[in-house]
Amino acid sequence: MIVNEQVAVDHGLKKDEYAKICELLKRTPNITELGIFSAMWNEHCSYKSSRLHLKKLPTKGKKVIQGPGENAGVIDIEDNDAIVFKIESHNHPSFIEPYQGAATGVGGIMRDVFTMGARPIANLNSIHFGSPQNKKTKNLLRGVVHGIGGYGNCMGVPTIAGQTSFDSSYNGNILVNAMTLGLVKKDKIFYSKAAGLNKPVIYVGSKTGRDGIHGASMASASFDEKIEEKKPTVQVGDPFTEKLLLEACLELMAGDSIIAIQDMGAAGLTSSSIEMASKGKLGIEINLNKVPCREAKMTPYEIMLSESQERMLIVLENGKEEQAKKIFDKWNLDFAVIGKTTKSKKIELYFNEEKVADIPVNTLVENSPMYDRKWKKAKLPKKNKIKKEDIKHLKIIEVLKKILANPNVCNKEWIWQQYDHTVMGDTIQKPGGDAGVVRVHGTDKAVAASVDSSAIYCWAHPLTGGKQVVCESFRNLISVGAKPIAITNCLNFGSPENEENMGEFVECVQGIGEASDYLKFPVVSGNVSFYNQTKDQGIKPTPAIGGVGLIKDYKNMITMDFKEVDNLVLVIGKTEGHIDQSLFARTILDEKNGPPPEVNLFNEKNNGETLLKLIDNKLIKSAHDVSLGGIITAVAKMCIKGKKGINIKKPKYLINEIEYLFAEDQGRYIIEINKKDFKKVADILNKNAVHFDELGTIIKNEVYINDKTKVTIDELSTSNKSWLTNYMSK
Amino acid sequence: MKSSVITFPGSNCDRDMDVALKKFGFKNKMVWHADAELPKSDLVVLPGGFSYGDYLRCGSMASKSKIMQSVINFANSGGMVMGICNGFQILVEAGLVPGVLLRNKYLEFICKNVFVKINDKKNKYFKNVDNEVLEFHIAHNEGNYFCTNDQLKEIEDNNQIAINYCNENGKIEDQFNPNGSIKNIAGIFNKEKNVLGMMPHPERMIDTSLSGEDGSLFFKNLINNLK
Repeated sequence: MIVNEQVAVDHGLKKDEYAKICELLKRTPNITELGIFSAMWNEHCSYKSSRLHLKKLPTKGKKVIQGPGENAGVIDIEDNDAIVFKIESHNHPSFIEPYQGAATGVGGIMRDVFTMGARPIANLNSIHFGSPQNKKTKNLLRGVVHGIGGYGNCMGVPTIAGQTSFDSSYNGNILVNAMTLGLVKKDKIFYSKAAGLNKPVIYVGSKTGRDGIHGASMASASFDEKIEEKKPTVQVGDPFTEKLLLEACLELMAGDSIIAIQDMGAAGLTSSSIEMASKGKLGIEINLNKVPCREAKMTPYEIMLSESQERMLIVLENGKEEQAKKIFDKWNLDFAVIGKTTKSKKIELYFNEEKVADIPVNTLVENSPMYDRKWKKAKLPKKNKIKKEDIKHLKIIEVLKKILANPNVCNKEWIWQQYDHTVMGDTIQKPGGDAGVVRVHGTDKAVAASVDSSAIYCWAHPLTGGKQVVCESFRNLISVGAKPIAITNCLNFGSPENEENMGEFVECVQGIGEASDYLKFPVVSGNVSFYNQTKDQGIKPTPAIGGVGLIKDYKNMITMDFKEVDNLVLVIGKTEGHIDQSLFARTILDEKNGPPPEVNLFNEKNNGETLLKLIDNKLIKSAHDVSLGGIITAVAKMCIKGKKGINIKKPKYLINEIEYLFAEDQGRYIIEINKKDFKKVADILNKNAVHFDELGTIIKNEVYINDKTKVTIDELSTSNKSWLTNYMSK
Repeated sequence: MKSSVITFPGSNCDRDMDVALKKFGFKNKMVWHADAELPKSDLVVLPGGFSYGDYLRCGSMASKSKIMQSVINFANSGGMVMGICNGFQILVEAGLVPGVLLRNKYLEFICKNVFVKINDKKNKYFKNVDNEVLEFHIAHNEGNYFCTNDQLKEIEDNNQIAINYCNENGKIEDQFNPNGSIKNIAGIFNKEKNVLGMMPHPERMIDTSLSGEDGSLFFKNLINNLK
């Protein structure tokens, strides 16, 4: 095939990008080379629209061993233990083919983690679907959940937490973000930087097929009517092979024969070989005839661009080939020496004894395009004034039931019961709490993880929304008694070529950066997914934040279920009555305008750290952060989980009952304490200048509000549990 | 007491079983599926997981592994063999216990706590367990036990049903059946009751911090019965 500008455009390259390629090579690329450029220069691999802004994120900290730029981030959890973690999107493939798209998303992120030498110990996910009324939603949800379960369950890694939301902006573009945590010894972390000349380059894992060719390019474009034609670009997962690959890699890693290792993810053999060469400032020579292929007559172009799953590339020490091969033979996996490192600083490919590609590595990486896209700053919307007559007729209990049954609040058991969340025998907090918690096997330590996003707030005001998500992650970890350490982010946005979408991206990133800097909660890994849009309709900006924290003694973990009758319930943090963009405003008042709740970073940090002090002093019986649906929703969930009731007395400050109970002010937690500890708790809170309200006392079975309203826990529980099950069984 | 846990390609509860057995006093060895010989054992466990990715039929390829001939011989000579979850599926495929395991009735993987009623205590697995009902944990996609009417009659005549799904009070009813199994069957013996296959995972219930402690009860009792 003759390469010209049109062929380049068909590969998703812009005309000026093609001109730059010709200039860099000082000639016209052949088709294989063009394919390689298109794979490396697309948005998904090159971060060309986002790099400039991502640089501003805080990525360093005392506990950070490895920040962004490797397969995953790594943090120190003491005693020579480290946690490797990352979140990644698999949005486009999941919309086209939900089962395989979601499954390979989970497979891909686990590979990123075990590539670094870590055994995966927990999976999480953040999944977002269109309106429940949209005719595609149900099948997409079912397919995605089956896919996540199908892969994670087979791997034997527990799925310990997640988030599911519904919003019509995802009707044509669902989001599937998967996160994995792995455990590794600090001195046994593996990196992707190649080193040394003439070292064998090894291919291991599954054979290469024609699946997923141009997957990364597909993920860098918007959808249109022809999306069905893109099905063949979706990869097909084989979790069984990945399980074997995991065990084989960890067995090989126990020795000292690996110099560098990189999984073949997006853009397959192309990006893995180039990344290793680029980081090591070396060249790589590959004989493509040596690559194990699943199908006959695959061309160099197809071999280089295939996104077949469950494959790894390894640079080995000389002379260790036999020993390594034995391990892969034992696990019935392909093992092939396909090339070597060179000093050429070029990627040189041979096929049938002919040189089929010859590209300087820096042209693919350092010289890849970087854009300072135009973006539009968002204005802070004006506050709405709630009219008394709009809320006068509302019955609190009816509103509460509606909110508990709202698709974005309701119990998600139907989903997480399909995920094995107990395998590995260390899950001490299951899905459904503020964060999932797993013990560090064989120790007293435990790791907590949570994944959060608040698309509504980000859409209303990206800067505030960006800050808020980081704070929510911080709060969720603290609520289970964990000290927050670091985050990973998955930035899901519309087209960067649209000034408003780009503005949402820039300002969300700024918000994330400000909050993570202030809270000392650095970003250690992440992923950007642009072009989540159909034609020119983008999704609501949805940065998902995966937070990780440490509990030094797992016996001190906190759960959210109310524990004991007669205990006191307090609200930590001040309630100002912010109703705009709350679930109450949007679903009960049908008011979609206004600013999101303000984020006060000082209060977030102070309130959270003070709560950790209370937990350290063993004064907390249960805790839960206040988020969607406000105080009453948080309390109702604690009641439902603990099968206990509460007698609530609204504190006598200005705002009315509805505002007090449903407002979504930030920086708040509900805590349960023993009556006899009240003075101690109040002293600590006062000493740290943390505002608190006495909300009520735990009783049996019923919720009373200011003596005049009453509802049983069973009724609330039914409202909370039935929506999703009913929806999925219809 | 010596135990052996077999690791098949795709097993993923092998480590959890190893941890549980050791916690309650077994000297456990991990045995690779391609080995020919079983080490000297008082108990052999086929662990849960997805041997061979559940391809073809769950447990079917693993049942033809090299080690399985030794396991079958061991079982036929009266040795204690326990299959959990995928291990149960392998036992069924190997013909060591009767019946088959179909996909769950609602075609979904289920991971949750369940209650099971002990149907028979005249065997080394459940002898001396004080409780009638145990809280166990299941995590499977294919646990829907099925057999022919003739087989069922034989199973019942020989009292081969080990445990049935029930509620916390031991009531065995359809509504407490998580996967559609015939007669709420959660676990079954061979005729001689030295081979037990069951879907629930006692090894996930060995610590108050986990899903519960009835697994501890099971293992403590088991090692005492074997002494």
